[in-house]
Amino acid sequence: MSEPVPAAVPADVIHDIGYRHYDGPRLGRRYATRSLYTLTLRGSFGLGRSIRSKILPMGLLALMCVPALIIVAVAVYVKSGKLPLEYERYLTIMDFVIAVFVASQAPVALSRDLRFMTVPLYFSRPITAGDYVLAKFGAMFSAMFLLTGLPLLIMWIGSLLASMNFGYNLEHFGYGLVAAVLFSLLYSSLALVIAAMTPRRGFGVAGIIMLLLISSAIASVVYFVINRHDQSAAAYWSNAISPPGMIDSAVTWMFKLPTTGAVGVPSDLGGFVFLGEIAALSAAAYGLLVRRYRKI
Amino acid sequence: MSVIITDNLTKRFPRVTALDRLTVDVQPGVVGLVGANGAGKSTLIKILLGLAPATEGTARVLGLDVATEGAVIRERVGYMPEHDCLPPDVSATEFVVHMARMSGLPATAARERTADTLRHVGLYEERYRPIGGYSTGMKQRVKLAQALVHDPQLVLLDEPTNGLDPAGRDEMLELIRRVHSDFGISVLVTSHLLGELERTCDHVVVVDGGKLLRSSSTADFTKATALLAVEVTDRQSDPGFDVTAALSERLTGGGLAVTADGGRVLLVEIAGEETYDLVRDAVAGLGVGLVRMEQRRHRIAEVFQDRAADDRSEEANDHV
Repeated sequence: MSEPVPAAVPADVIHDIGYRHYDGPRLGRRYATRSLYTLTLRGSFGLGRSIRSKILPMGLLALMCVPALIIVAVAVYVKSGKLPLEYERYLTIMDFVIAVFVASQAPVALSRDLRFMTVPLYFSRPITAGDYVLAKFGAMFSAMFLLTGLPLLIMWIGSLLASMNFGYNLEHFGYGLVAAVLFSLLYSSLALVIAAMTPRRGFGVAGIIMLLLISSAIASVVYFVINRHDQSAAAYWSNAISPPGMIDSAVTWMFKLPTTGAVGVPSDLGGFVFLGEIAALSAAAYGLLVRRYRKI
Repeated sequence: MSVIITDNLTKRFPRVTALDRLTVDVQPGVVGLVGANGAGKSTLIKILLGLAPATEGTARVLGLDVATEGAVIRERVGYMPEHDCLPPDVSATEFVVHMARMSGLPATAARERTADTLRHVGLYEERYRPIGGYSTGMKQRVKLAQALVHDPQLVLLDEPTNGLDPAGRDEMLELIRRVHSDFGISVLVTSHLLGELERTCDHVVVVDGGKLLRSSSTADFTKATALLAVEVTDRQSDPGFDVTAALSERLTGGGLAVTADGGRVLLVEIAGEETYDLVRDAVAGLGVGLVRMEQRRHRIAEVFQDRAADDRSEEANDHV
């Protein structure tokens, strides 16, 4: 039987120029991991996504910066010569905003891939589970560092504009950045490990909010109970169950900053315990993440 | 060069043996991997991608060892999973570009390859719209595109026709055929619908319970029992005349094996090209009209069912 003769081609078709092979460079795992990092970091602020997904992260970023602007404005206006609060204390005060940001954005970074089962597509490519976790964690950490570092930067620039003591402010801005790193490290790892447990974004958000806010709430109750009953040094142990308390106390202790309220360490041992706890919790959460993705 | 070679490949889970001493040698082309659900197809794909270690035995993909060179294999192989894997809120273009970059393509190349690949799988203007609004057929095309975008040497397609209507199924099979014939990419395609593989594949591997049941070319599967269904009209001048019986007699006289397939249809075994001429001449000689003359190949499904029912030990020395 002869081959069928092709019918006359209609005039308006797109001409198929045939399949072309790709012989350009293949940049491998590192490049893919970096690309995933960039995409996730942009996604954390809703960049490259719909307007709707920009509202919350951008709003929270603005919310994080506005009080810093006000503090700077007031300090400049009253010519106090000194910012009214420590850099790192600002983050503790704004803890709610940081917690809402990480709770809303950590699931954005992980739940989508789980929910729409995109994860196997990544792992059928050169990148490994370890690369995937590294990219996602790196992006979440960077987003958190932007969120916590930006208001501190505003305060520091304000201190320069108001010609406050340069050396003092640079030093304390540095302490603030250390706190920002610790906040980003601890919050990102805890939030991601919860987000990775569920493909449902809502559950992820609720789980993270509960962990971060309820633990601090319990810590402050414990603090007041012990403090009223006894002396304040032992009450500082309550910070061991509060993520922001742990960080603020450790930074306060490390740099010998003035203590106020519930923030402080019970003793030098307490300082080491808090720092160790931050490191151990972050490392454990990161390890759990890697293990969770190895299984897929 | 063999595309996939497995040697005594075994995968045991605590409770089940997913693959049991599987030894196959897959040549370039379109190869079907057939088996019921749970036959070990997906486990095999995972091992071939270097994502799960084999309990025993070895496997090589494109000449690379799956145990030690998984990353290199994954750079040169494309994978289309069986399940949904597309986020609904991004466009096909955005998604495939991202996946191209995950395969290591630089940003510009990723965009060019995405445009090319989406066109080749048949997605045009709609590629800029969010995937959430696509039909199942379009989603399957996007899934295929992400497996092809980095120009692999081999694609592993896991149940690509799942959930498609008959027309969509045909289009997908045609597309799979083209992946090899036009793009020069070897294909391993799994299915539990055996009928569709005989049209698409050069070679079929049948697995059952993790064991190799049969591995042979599609022609081998169907050649032995290729049949021609013939149906003719009654004689206008003589309506009482039993044309079917007369034709059967003539064909048998011509040396052909003929069986009745109920009603007016005769099944003639195809001995070669000349069989068609014999049928034509016989029908013309009777002076009746030919209603149908169609090739009715023995379906792989029937072969598979017959064989699955057989004792496996007979299987070994039964076939080439």
